[in-house]
Amino acid sequence: MMLRVSSIVYAALIYGFIFLPVFVLVLFSFQASLFPIPPFNGPSLRWYAAVLADKRLIAGLGNSILVALSTSALATLIGFLSAWGFARFHLPKSALMRGLITAPLTISYLIIGMGLLVFFNRIGVPKSLLAVGIGHVVINMPLCFAIIYSQMGDHQANMERAARDLGAPEWKVLSLITAPLLWPAIFASFFLSMTFSWDEFVISFLLTRFDTTLPVEIWNLLRAGLNPKTNAVGSLVFGVSVLMAILFEIFAFRKRPA
Amino acid sequence: MILPQNRVAWASVSPALGWTLAFFVLPFAAMVAISFYPQDGSGPSLVSYAQFFNSPSYYYALFNSLEVTGLVTVISILLAYPFAWILADIVPERWQRLALTLAVLPFWTSYVVRSYSWLLVLSEKGLVNTTLVDLGILSAPIQLANTRGATIIGFVHFFVMLLTLTIYANLKQLSPNYRKAAADLGAGPIRSFIHVVLPLTLPGIMVGAFLTFVLAIGDYITPQILGGNNELLMPQLIMMQIGRRGDFSSASALSIILMVVVTVAYLFCARWLKIERT
Repeated sequence: MMLRVSSIVYAALIYGFIFLPVFVLVLFSFQASLFPIPPFNGPSLRWYAAVLADKRLIAGLGNSILVALSTSALATLIGFLSAWGFARFHLPKSALMRGLITAPLTISYLIIGMGLLVFFNRIGVPKSLLAVGIGHVVINMPLCFAIIYSQMGDHQANMERAARDLGAPEWKVLSLITAPLLWPAIFASFFLSMTFSWDEFVISFLLTRFDTTLPVEIWNLLRAGLNPKTNAVGSLVFGVSVLMAILFEIFAFRKRPA
Repeated sequence: MILPQNRVAWASVSPALGWTLAFFVLPFAAMVAISFYPQDGSGPSLVSYAQFFNSPSYYYALFNSLEVTGLVTVISILLAYPFAWILADIVPERWQRLALTLAVLPFWTSYVVRSYSWLLVLSEKGLVNTTLVDLGILSAPIQLANTRGATIIGFVHFFVMLLTLTIYANLKQLSPNYRKAAADLGAGPIRSFIHVVLPLTLPGIMVGAFLTFVLAIGDYITPQILGGNNELLMPQLIMMQIGRRGDFSSASALSIILMVVVTVAYLFCARWLKIERT
């Protein structure tokens, strides 16, 4: 009984700690006055209107969606192809090459971003969304590779062989047999990449100048100090992300065979 | 069934290999190279590294980083472990999924916004100060934001969520037979926990601790937003080299030093990290 009561108290305290900043963020996004500090004098939607009227934030949103979708698609594709190649064929120095492909997972984003900044600066690639996109594929492709590679099993190989025996060319085997069989792993890779790209800050910060992604635009807002507009855009991002997560749950569960 | 190598095999793995070589290995080599060519244009030398070891304001950034990251790791584990245990053992099975989902819900705020939202709580006119002054506990607001404490709180908030997930997964993997056996042999819940559950989950804790350490020590956002510039951590020092001074050589050298520190930490933990894999 003692254990139960103290457990409930402890769990409540931790939940309180976890939710406190999010609660304050969302509450004061509805603040009517100029500062997101007590007392609360809303609710008002003026800061949401301010966010939607802010061209830079909207442009950042568009850029983030563009970068997240395109880099996740590319990272998933390249990761999938290499996972298949390493799982199905006997390649010399396979372990070493797989180690190389997954190496970026162990290096912090700051250092990957620094390396790309120095390198692009040297070879004359300007700061741009393209540079950020390249960086996001660097951080996400190893993850896609690792996830999909771990799901490559023998039963898929047998079906691939059957398709080949029936005369399917290699690209048809991959797109009509392997990819559908590995759909859950491919979907999870794509979704995780999207999440990481969407929220990635430091690489975007280092590799863009004016046209940039949403996290960097939010960072630029912080220079103005505490501002309900930041609360509003933060709450919007939170809402959209939670929605995405719920959709993922529903989608991923429905896909699982009963 | 594994097929012998052929053109298709090489065609399928070469985009990934090429990308890694062109945009990870080469940039890294460029960074190493430039770290030996100081910004002032003089020839190859160790000046950029010497600068770190010779100036206290530089090497203190590493000490600060190690101290903050160490504290964050320890505090996060101490807070998360009992919480994960409650979720896994006390909460009824059918509520566990919901309880866990709620516990990591703030993960879905963007990372920058999450640090900012602690600023709302901790700033001079923020929630904590206002409440404590209104209640008469404080006579005037105290400085909570722009301190090391704020950085630690921001980090702990993030890593308690992360560690709760990993430790919960670990606890659920344990077969209940271990605890039944302990109970049959006469151990109470506390002895069973200390002698059976804790040692069995230790490898998982070490993995979580390592992950926390690596992610926290390389993070620029949290210390910059919550800690301010009173006391620099390594990532802040690195960014400052580029932002204020445009000194790529020094920034590269500092990045490499940070990477070496993380590698040493990895070798230090490798023993436990390996246990997990078997």
